[in-house]
Amino acid sequence: MNYTAVWAIYSSEMVRFFRTIAQSFISPVISTSLYFVVFGAAIGSRIDQVEGVSYGAFIVPGLIMLSVMTQALSNASFGIYFPKFIGTVYELLSAPISFFEIVLGFVGAAATKALFIGVVILATASLFVDVPITHPWAMVLFLVLTCVSFSLFGFIIGVWAGNFEQLQLIPLLVVTPLVFLGGSFYSISMLPAIWQKITLFNPVVYLISGFRWSFFGTADVPVGLSLLAIFGFTSLCMVIIWWIFKTGWRIRA
Amino acid sequence: MIVDIKDLRKTYKGGFEALKGVTLGIKEGEILALLGPNGAGKTTLISTICGITNPSSGSVTVGGHDVVTDYRAARSMIGLVPQEINLEPFNKVIDVVTYSRGLFGKKANPAKIEEILKQLSLWDKKDARVMMLSGGMKRRVLIAKALSHEPRVLFLDEPTAGVDVELRKDMWDVVAKLKEQGVTIILTTHYIEEAEAIADRVGVINGGELLLVEEKAALMQRLGQKTLQVDLQAPVERVPESLAGYDLELAEDGHALRYHYDTTGESTGITRLLGDISAAGLQLKDLQTEQSSLEDIFVGLVKEDAA
Repeated sequence: MNYTAVWAIYSSEMVRFFRTIAQSFISPVISTSLYFVVFGAAIGSRIDQVEGVSYGAFIVPGLIMLSVMTQALSNASFGIYFPKFIGTVYELLSAPISFFEIVLGFVGAAATKALFIGVVILATASLFVDVPITHPWAMVLFLVLTCVSFSLFGFIIGVWAGNFEQLQLIPLLVVTPLVFLGGSFYSISMLPAIWQKITLFNPVVYLISGFRWSFFGTADVPVGLSLLAIFGFTSLCMVIIWWIFKTGWRIRA
Repeated sequence: MIVDIKDLRKTYKGGFEALKGVTLGIKEGEILALLGPNGAGKTTLISTICGITNPSSGSVTVGGHDVVTDYRAARSMIGLVPQEINLEPFNKVIDVVTYSRGLFGKKANPAKIEEILKQLSLWDKKDARVMMLSGGMKRRVLIAKALSHEPRVLFLDEPTAGVDVELRKDMWDVVAKLKEQGVTIILTTHYIEEAEAIADRVGVINGGELLLVEEKAALMQRLGQKTLQVDLQAPVERVPESLAGYDLELAEDGHALRYHYDTTGESTGITRLLGDISAAGLQLKDLQTEQSSLEDIFVGLVKEDAA
C-alpha cells in the first residue's frame, strides 16, 4: 500500500476544497436557511406535525441527505474528470500506485467534503429547530455510508463522462429527481396509495427513510431494508469500479 | 540493460497497429535518442513502458521489474516528461511538483524540491500559479515534476518541440547533469541536431518498427564519409591499372570516377589521387563532393521502410 500517494491525492483534493472554504461553508448554510424559511416557516406553519414530529424538524434528515448526495456526486465526479480533461491523468497512470489507492484518494476526499457539508447543515438546522437524534450511531453510519457510496457513484460518472455536459447529465436527470421524490420533504404515508407502491422502486427512499429513523425512530420502510439498500448500493458501485479498473475502461487504452 | 523491451506490440482498439514488435535494450546511464516522424510510434512506445497504455503482447522490464506484473517497482524508477503540457492550472508551481513526489510514494523532501526548482530556474516562480507561466516555463515545471521523485530512468517525449533556443540549451544542460548522476535518459525528437548534440546512441523508429539503433559515434563515422566525383572529358571503359589502389568506382557510363574517403582521417588522399589521375592521362572536366548527413540516413531509412 502506497499511503504516501493516497495522502498526496487526498490532500491535493482537499486543498481545492479549502481554497474555496468560504463558498464550501457559506452556500450550504444559506441554502439550508432558505429551505427553513420556505418549508419550515411558510409551508410548515400550515402543516402541523408529521408522524409526531414538527414539520421543521421532520425535513432536516431529508435536507441533509439531499445536499450530501448531490455534493458527494459532484465532488467525486469532478475530481476524477478534471485530470482527464486537462491531461494530468497521465501522472496517475504512470505512478507506482494501484487503482484501489487512486479510488481511496479521490473518493475519500469527496466523501470527506460531503460529510463536512452534512455536519454544517445539521448544525445550521439546529439553530432553527430542535432536532432530536434517537440513534446517534446509526445516524453516523447512514451518513458516512451515503457520503462514501455517492462518492463512489460520482467517481464512476467522472470516469464515464467524455465532456462537461455528460458530467452534469446523470446528477441532473436521474439523481436530483430521485432525491426530491424520495421523501426528502414528505413522508411516504402522505402520498396516494398507488404512489406509495411506485415510490418503493426509488432506491433513495430507503436511504432517506433509514436516516430519518436514526433521528426520530420512525420510518417509511423497515430500517433493515434501508441498511440493506445502502450496503447494496455501496457494493454495486465498488463492483463497477473494480470492473472499470480491471478493463481500463475509458482510462487506460 | 536497465530497460529491456522484447517484441513489444501494441494494437489499439479499432485495429491500428502502433508498435509492430519492438525489441530494444537500453543501457544504464546512457542517453538514447529515438528519432522518427509523426505517428512513428515513439509516444506509444514510451506510454507502454510507463504504464499509460497496456501492451498487446511482448514484455518490458525496467531495472529487472516487469512493467505490468511488477509495476510498482518498475514505475518507481521512471520519470516521464510528456509531450503535451498537461498541468493543473490553478495550483502553485511548488505544490504541483511536491504532489508528484508524493504520488510516487517518496517521503517529502523540501530541500530536494528546492534543488530541482533551482536547477530549472523555477525557484523564483515557485509561488506562481501554473497558468500564469509562459509555455517554456510550463515545460520546465513538467520536467521538475518528473525529477521530483528522483527517477533512475527519465523519458523525455519531444522535450524541445516548440521551445526557444535558450530553453533548449538549458534542457541539454540539465540532461548532461542528470547523465553525470547516472540517470538513464530516453528522449524522442524530430530534431536530428538534438540527437547529435546529446545522445550516446540513436534509434530510428518508423511505422511502429525500430529500423536502426547505433552508437552515435558509429553514425558520425558514417556521416564523416564523403564521396568525390571526378567527371572526365572522355569516358573510360574501366578504371586504369595505375589507379587500382584507390578503390574507385566507375560512374555515369564511364564519364566519372567516384572516390570514397573519410574526412575524419589524417589524410584524405585527394591530392595524390588527382595527381595520379592526370598521370594516367585522363582529362578532368569537373569535381564534386557529397556528404551523407544523419538526415540523409534517416530519410533513407524511413523511405525504404515505406516502400
